[in-house]
Amino acid sequence: MNRTSHPILSMVVSRVGLGLLSLLIVSLVIFFSVSLLPGSYASAILGQNATPEAVAALETKLGLDRPALWRYLSWLGAAATGELGQSFAGRPVMAVLGPRLLNTITLASITAAIAVPLAITLGVICARFRGRFIDRFLSTSTLASISLPEFFVAYLMMMIFAVKLQWFPSMAGIRNSMDLGEQLYRMVLPILTLLLVILAHMIRNTRAAILSVMSSPYVEMARLKGESEGRVVMRQALPNAIGPIASVVALNLAYLISGVVVIEVVFVYPGVGQAMIDAVRNRDVPVIQACALIFATAYIGFNLLADIVSIVSNPRLLHPR
Amino acid sequence: MASDQSPAVLEIRDLRIEAKSSDHWSQIVRGVSLTLRKGEVLGLVGESGAGKSTVGLAALGYLRPGARASGGSVRLMGTELLAIPEEQRRRLRGTKVAYVAQSAQAAFNPVHRLMDQITLVAVDRGGLSRAEAEKRAVALFTALQLPDPQNFGARYPHQVSGGQLQRAMVAMAMICNPALIVFDEPTTALDVTTQVEVLISIRKVIAEFGVAAIYITHDLAVVAQIAHRVAVLRYGEVVEEAPIAAIMDHPEHPYTQSLWAVHEMPANDPETQETPRAPLLSVEGLGARFGTFEVLQDIDLRIGRGETVALVGESGSGKSTLGRVIAGLKAPSAGRALFDGAALPPKLRQRPLELLRRIQIIYQSADTALNPRQTVRAIVGRPLTLYQGLRGVAREKRLIELLRMVELDASHADRLPGQLSGGQKQRVAIARALAAEPELIICDEITSALDKVVQADVLRMMIGLKERLGVSYLFITHDLEVVRAIADRVVVMQHGRIVEQGEKGRVFAPPHEPYTGRLLASVPDMAVGWLDRIIAGRAA
Amino acid sequence: MDQSIDARPATPSRLTRARRLLATAPFTARLGMVLLAIYAFVAIFAPWIAPYGEVEVVSRIPFDGWSAEHLLGTDQLGRDFLSRLIFGARNSISIALVTTLISFGIGCLLGVFSALIGGFVDQAISRFVDALMSVPDLIFILMILSIFGNSIPNLILIIAVLTSTRFFRISRAAALNVASLDFVEAARVRGENLLWISVHEVFPNVLPLILSELGMRFCFIFLSIAALSFLGVGIQPPMAEWGSMVRDNAALINMGDITPLIPAASIALLAIAVNFVVDWLLNRVSGLNEEG
Repeated sequence: MNRTSHPILSMVVSRVGLGLLSLLIVSLVIFFSVSLLPGSYASAILGQNATPEAVAALETKLGLDRPALWRYLSWLGAAATGELGQSFAGRPVMAVLGPRLLNTITLASITAAIAVPLAITLGVICARFRGRFIDRFLSTSTLASISLPEFFVAYLMMMIFAVKLQWFPSMAGIRNSMDLGEQLYRMVLPILTLLLVILAHMIRNTRAAILSVMSSPYVEMARLKGESEGRVVMRQALPNAIGPIASVVALNLAYLISGVVVIEVVFVYPGVGQAMIDAVRNRDVPVIQACALIFATAYIGFNLLADIVSIVSNPRLLHPR
Repeated sequence: MASDQSPAVLEIRDLRIEAKSSDHWSQIVRGVSLTLRKGEVLGLVGESGAGKSTVGLAALGYLRPGARASGGSVRLMGTELLAIPEEQRRRLRGTKVAYVAQSAQAAFNPVHRLMDQITLVAVDRGGLSRAEAEKRAVALFTALQLPDPQNFGARYPHQVSGGQLQRAMVAMAMICNPALIVFDEPTTALDVTTQVEVLISIRKVIAEFGVAAIYITHDLAVVAQIAHRVAVLRYGEVVEEAPIAAIMDHPEHPYTQSLWAVHEMPANDPETQETPRAPLLSVEGLGARFGTFEVLQDIDLRIGRGETVALVGESGSGKSTLGRVIAGLKAPSAGRALFDGAALPPKLRQRPLELLRRIQIIYQSADTALNPRQTVRAIVGRPLTLYQGLRGVAREKRLIELLRMVELDASHADRLPGQLSGGQKQRVAIARALAAEPELIICDEITSALDKVVQADVLRMMIGLKERLGVSYLFITHDLEVVRAIADRVVVMQHGRIVEQGEKGRVFAPPHEPYTGRLLASVPDMAVGWLDRIIAGRAA
Repeated sequence: MDQSIDARPATPSRLTRARRLLATAPFTARLGMVLLAIYAFVAIFAPWIAPYGEVEVVSRIPFDGWSAEHLLGTDQLGRDFLSRLIFGARNSISIALVTTLISFGIGCLLGVFSALIGGFVDQAISRFVDALMSVPDLIFILMILSIFGNSIPNLILIIAVLTSTRFFRISRAAALNVASLDFVEAARVRGENLLWISVHEVFPNVLPLILSELGMRFCFIFLSIAALSFLGVGIQPPMAEWGSMVRDNAALINMGDITPLIPAASIALLAIAVNFVVDWLLNRVSGLNEEG
């Protein structure tokens, strides 16, 4: 029996390897897409009126005269240690993004911590009462709400809760000087909006994942053994749906990421998303690259985690012949 | 054993069940009445779609989603199941009445250990403690002749074989000592040699525990070994019900008689061929592998012109793979094949169109072999255009000729496959193969999805076509009755090798190769008492 | 002659079947279809419906309130809000539609061929698609647009390429599914070439699935473009676009004016309509498969 963990371990290791490979490809794309920039990188920094001498001097300073591969490797090496270079504005990228990264992680993780359990619960309820009123109501309303643009939900929230009812501030400009309660109070509207945006997707997908398991013969067999419908869902269907649900959750965290960008802009929340939009407007390439790398890493990480959960929840792999 | 005075365990009266198809309800069970007494085994026989499973499930008071009972009554030990609330019906399932499904592999939940699934009902509602339930399960494992009964339950479903899993499901059904068990085709998914073992186990425990049972099957030979009485079901109606011996000896209803259609086909007579046939296909030392697994090894095979060679074996014997290698769908890893004296290129892409025309293939399931979005005209007409360049009136003329050959008519040309019956679909597939005017047709289990009477018609038609057109068949099948009816020569395969081949009369008559003997001995006779003789023979 | 025989309709006719289909549609799907028809009408006839021109400055008062002259008031530059809303329908819908069709073309062609060819080519394309999909779309688009600059062709191209990965995935999976069926194998054994098999055997069978995907992706693209324009990197002024109209007039929200929410609601309503229709189609497809 000492070989029991072996296939699981090797599968997990190979998934981690694949995740790292994806990250590598993504970092290649992010880095080399910059070399497609019309005109040179250095003249983009210095602007249209720079003299050729100034451009050449900057190129040497930034190491742009070196081979691309060397530049990529040193960029990647620096990124791995959290050093993301200098922004065009002259500040280290990490100094610009560091505190904002913390804000974004706070916002996203509070949302996810509420959304994931809530979505799974509601998805299970829909599947359990399939075709009944609660299911039809949630199915139709979630179908409608996945069609709403994030900024529409955001402004609607703002209109109702900030302008009309005046319960919460419309701007979520939190600062370190504020105490925790004040910070959380200001984060209520962004979190509420993000929740509405991703909940609908998650509920729909969780419901579908459980329903596909519910059509298996072993679910019918459980009914023929006289198990109650609630136990059929909880004991027979749910354990088999863990893998699919995990990938559904991971997939939906992508909506969380793009939602974060829009919502940070609407509520003027000082996070990475807003920094990225500012950088895009100013074409501050090092900051854009760093933001893209951060978001992609998060996304690949979520998916990797989901893969591992579904491997570990698969009895065929857990208990090999 | 079953006296008429003992109280009925199950009494079904004039049961009517409707199913919803697209937007209207249609009756799938039309007034079925059955009575079952203690210790009695009732066989429920019929073709696919006859409503056997629906009646069987109704005995548990269960209707599949999209079905509803529209009349009649189902009384289980005096309780009217259709009148009580679902909650009460639910409590009877698993304790008073239990179910054994066709595919145990699908019906066991992959995430729970066998013991947990088997004892669940007993601990939940059967009034047993966990230890008592497990003790009873082990006793059942022993009675069912499962290996290592003490530790068998610790395994997960994917860790045991199909035959063992099916027996584990019987144990699960018996755990609460129910009054009635519904067996729904419990051996259909198994190979014949495994089927015998499971049949023996089932019969043993039914007798030992004195439980009443409904045994659902499409196979009259199987039900003859296990049931006391048989009800024959067709289109949702019982057409005949009688003690098993009476049904086997004097079937009354024409439909019941038709279940013997293939069995009663005259064995074709290979002696008519005096002179040795000119070889059409010869295969020498052929091998094939999936990855490192050898699916075929050292295959030597010859098919003569106008000859029917039956390829027999259980699932996993490599018989279908051999057909695919010859068709060019799978490249061999060793050996060579000659077709009409010339080397047969191993890959499909290396074969010229003319060679492809000469070898055709017909599949088991016409449902997947015919494109559901093409009309019969497009399906059968395509090879005419592709190979013979026929168009317009000439193509239409030949098309109708082909449809007539397979006993269809011109009006079928406009239909989509979905608008045809199973037998008609298979005829269209045959017409498509004939359209190429081939010399060799590979028939991969072409009758096994069909009803018995349709099987016999199709087989008769295939024999007629062979005589008219001089085409050769490689007939891949697991059904020895079919082999007897159609083959000139028989090739027996096991584990990717040919264990025996020769003229049909010689292979079927003793002395046998050990595996051929076992295979022949495992196929149930169409007669009562076959299984008794097997059991007696083993005891001796 | 051959054509006329092949073209003979299978009973019942397509028209009858379509009519029967509509009769069974649920309320949400019918609502969706009516809404889609209205949007299409407004988009096509925008220049005739709109009371003023798209970029015409009609008032010296920016952010003017609702009046008989300007039903929804004026925007930040004093242009008629209603007219811009109407022209916005035209611009937003047509750009999203073109993008969807391009990505559909690229994705499905590659997907079906990749599935049928198999082997190394299939593996290589699939790996590349996986890599593209491992970055959230919006982030990728923002990055590429900031490098190449904001222009409508750039916008269409980058979104089309990214979305084609979804079409690739679904059409490849569907084709693999169908390709494993015996009738495709039978066509291969018969000696048909790849193109014939794709067109005659595979495509008609994967069409329903792809059509519903088409609807969903249109929605997604439409919402992405709106979000990008809202963020200021999508469709650029002075072209009227719903997302950028929200952004340009967002200041009104803090004054309790709902006007900026109207273009946002227009976006939402169109997406809802498409999703309702697609959901119905999908349910039908899965229902049919269960029966088969």
